Amino acid sequence: MVGKMEAVNGVKSGSNSSPSTFQSAFFKPDLSLKSLKLKTKQQELLIRVSILTLVYILAFITRLFSVLRYESMIHEFDPYFNYRTTLFLTEKGFYEFWNWFDSESWYPLGRIIGGTLYPGLMVTAALIYSIIRFLRFAVHIREVCVLTAPFFASNTTIVAYFFGKELWDSGAGLVAAALIAICPGYISRSVAGSYDNEGVAIFALLLTFYLFVKAVNTGSLAWALASAFGYFYMVSAWGGYVFIINLIPLYAMVLLITGRYSMRLYVAYNCMYILGMLLAMQIRFVGFQHVQSGEHMAAMGVFFLMQVFYFLDWVKHLLSDTKLFQAFLRITVTCAVGVGAIALGVGTASGYISPWTGRFYSLLDPTYAKDHIPIIASVSEHQPTAWSSFMFDFHILLFLFPAGLYFCFKRLSDATIFIVMYGLTSMYFAGVMVRLILVATPAMCLISAIAVSATIKNLTQLVRTKSKVAHTGSSKGTTSGKASSKASLDQSLPFQRNGAVALLIGAFYLLCKYVTHCTWVTSEAYSSPSIVLAARGAYGNRVIFDDYREAYFWLRQNTPPDAKVMSWWDYGYQITAMGNRTVIVDNNTWNNTHIATVGRAMSSYEDEAYEIMRSLDVDYVLVVFGGVTGYSSDDINKFLWMVRIGGGVFPVIKEPDYLVNGEYRVDKGAAPKMLNCLMYKLSYYRFGELQTEYGKPPGYDRARGAEIGNKDIKLEYLEEAFTTSNWIVRIYKVKPPNNRW
Amino acid sequence: MARSTTKDAQALFHSLRSAYSATPTNLKIIDLYVIFAVLTAIIQVGYMAIVGSFPFNSFLSGVLSCVGTAVLAVCLRIQVNKENKEFKDLPPERAFADFVLCNLVLHLVIMNFLG
Repeated sequence: MVGKMEAVNGVKSGSNSSPSTFQSAFFKPDLSLKSLKLKTKQQELLIRVSILTLVYILAFITRLFSVLRYESMIHEFDPYFNYRTTLFLTEKGFYEFWNWFDSESWYPLGRIIGGTLYPGLMVTAALIYSIIRFLRFAVHIREVCVLTAPFFASNTTIVAYFFGKELWDSGAGLVAAALIAICPGYISRSVAGSYDNEGVAIFALLLTFYLFVKAVNTGSLAWALASAFGYFYMVSAWGGYVFIINLIPLYAMVLLITGRYSMRLYVAYNCMYILGMLLAMQIRFVGFQHVQSGEHMAAMGVFFLMQVFYFLDWVKHLLSDTKLFQAFLRITVTCAVGVGAIALGVGTASGYISPWTGRFYSLLDPTYAKDHIPIIASVSEHQPTAWSSFMFDFHILLFLFPAGLYFCFKRLSDATIFIVMYGLTSMYFAGVMVRLILVATPAMCLISAIAVSATIKNLTQLVRTKSKVAHTGSSKGTTSGKASSKASLDQSLPFQRNGAVALLIGAFYLLCKYVTHCTWVTSEAYSSPSIVLAARGAYGNRVIFDDYREAYFWLRQNTPPDAKVMSWWDYGYQITAMGNRTVIVDNNTWNNTHIATVGRAMSSYEDEAYEIMRSLDVDYVLVVFGGVTGYSSDDINKFLWMVRIGGGVFPVIKEPDYLVNGEYRVDKGAAPKMLNCLMYKLSYYRFGELQTEYGKPPGYDRARGAEIGNKDIKLEYLEEAFTTSNWIVRIYKVKPPNNRW
Repeated sequence: MARSTTKDAQALFHSLRSAYSATPTNLKIIDLYVIFAVLTAIIQVGYMAIVGSFPFNSFLSGVLSCVGTAVLAVCLRIQVNKENKEFKDLPPERAFADFVLCNLVLHLVIMNFLG
């Protein structure tokens, strides 16, 4: 029965890689079931392994669209920093990396890189690189970086299989592996070239959870130790580890409250907590946070609670007299609660335990960031999630998720409670922030896999029992009257078999739709590097805008090596990594005041901005402008955030000065301050002479669909240094101060 | 009232003691070990309260090594205790091997962290 089950899943999982091989594999065990009883198990194993292998390969190759379409390159913003640090790590070695003070960013402050990053990703890539070099394959470190995320996505499928097996059965595991291999929610962060922490971290997250559930199920110290190591890897890779250190105590708490406390939980949780905490402290960026910050206190509280609970349990076991135990319980609980409350109160009051950070608050209260921390609210991936993007990223998993929850509740165990809690909490977080859909994806896949697997198993069972009845009964066929009389002992409904077949076909149709949807989303939405832009030309041909790299290489080759470049923080990492020049601010937004200073310079008049730029030693200013190409995520569209962030620190900058009746516009009706601020001038300098579109006046901005309001821009303190071929990046040189006469 | 409470406490103490005397010797040894580790941790915390926690990593590693030792020993105690039906399948040798492994990792990390 189980063998058949695997095969059914296998057809689905491999349906877009090689259906023909699977068809043959599907029929084989069925035939041999009768003749070779002993071999069934081996064949099942063979099928399972081959399905897993195919899923493993599928997960890898479906992420290669971007490499095929463009080239093997690093995408977006943060990955460039990771790439740069990895390069440093492979060239200079680990100790240099660990003690690296970077003077090329955050000029004049600099940044202690070794102490302010999660090194897991870089160390992983460097390790893979050295292994490949050791095997005498001459690859460039960039190729390793580009392919790290797909490789770890493949590994995640294996972990998902084992997790599903632990939760339900191996069928569910296989379905989970297949679902997670192509789920768009995960692909969005792990396509080839998106060399970011999340690519590795989801693997670590799922591994930690799997090992922890395994530890809870077996009660073995060794599994708990492995889970602690998984946690260590997660901590070294991504700041999202806070989710683990809060979810696991929550889970333990729920088990305690629902009366499912067991010795196995005690062993698993305590070993994992103590060792995981100690290991996590070895990462310098995390440091003492496990004992000092409010976000980690829940885990510690549950740790102490668990000790008290265990102690009480033990005493209860020793004492046979319940009345005595009641007295004892009263004394101990009062003492424990009192001591805990006093410790927490003293810790918080003395500032020893730091309060929750803004990021944490913004997760619990989605409106918090908008009011208090504009720098978090300004990032598009921190916005609340729209319904459409749930559908886009999960597709049928969205419908299967509640069904899976139903099955989990039907067969409640420690493991299914865990996955239910993981699913529900991560769904909440996915609703709060777009980027956290990623964290919810593994849970969605696992729970949906349980639903798919259980449903298909039930249906195939129905189909098979019926056919057996039909075989033994009459050869005339299974007309409903005959069949119902035969099968009256299991009280089945008349059209049960047909219904089951129809439902099976429906399930396969849905799964096929899922596969096509995922492939479409991957190829259309998630495989563009965003550093090279592509558009359709007038004749349907593909036009490539490679302006970013053009500008960065111009910087690298035509400016003095110690030149300081000012730009909005989005481009900081790319300028240091590709242009090899010092930047004022970059994507590691650790110093809000510094960013606000840049925002203030950008939104001031030219003479005021010149003062600020002189004080920051700025030599070049870089702006991104999409008016010629119609590229909408340029600096003019981000400008209001610069004003807001700048105004948050320097009240001289007021947002209403840049708006007309609350409306943001760049044409003739724009606010006078808007028309003369530095950002406007730098973006639209000489743009008034340019005819961008046929039939439109010169100076027509295609990104905003308006004719600009200030066509005659004169620059006094800056001069144009370089503009790329499609005007996307414009670089200006800051003139030295005038001679005195 | 006060007298009855002390009486209760005494009765509690006695019954606990008599019940505890029935536990096997190997478990008693583990209990001693746990008590020793917890006492050491408490002494360190007391010392920290008097002198201050300046090399914080040293203090943390000292306390956490004690706490970790105690917790791991309790885990071992749970696993080798014959009364726990949940761990029937786990042979005591395997439990001890796990215990040693965890302790090894614990103290290697502590050594790295000690500063």
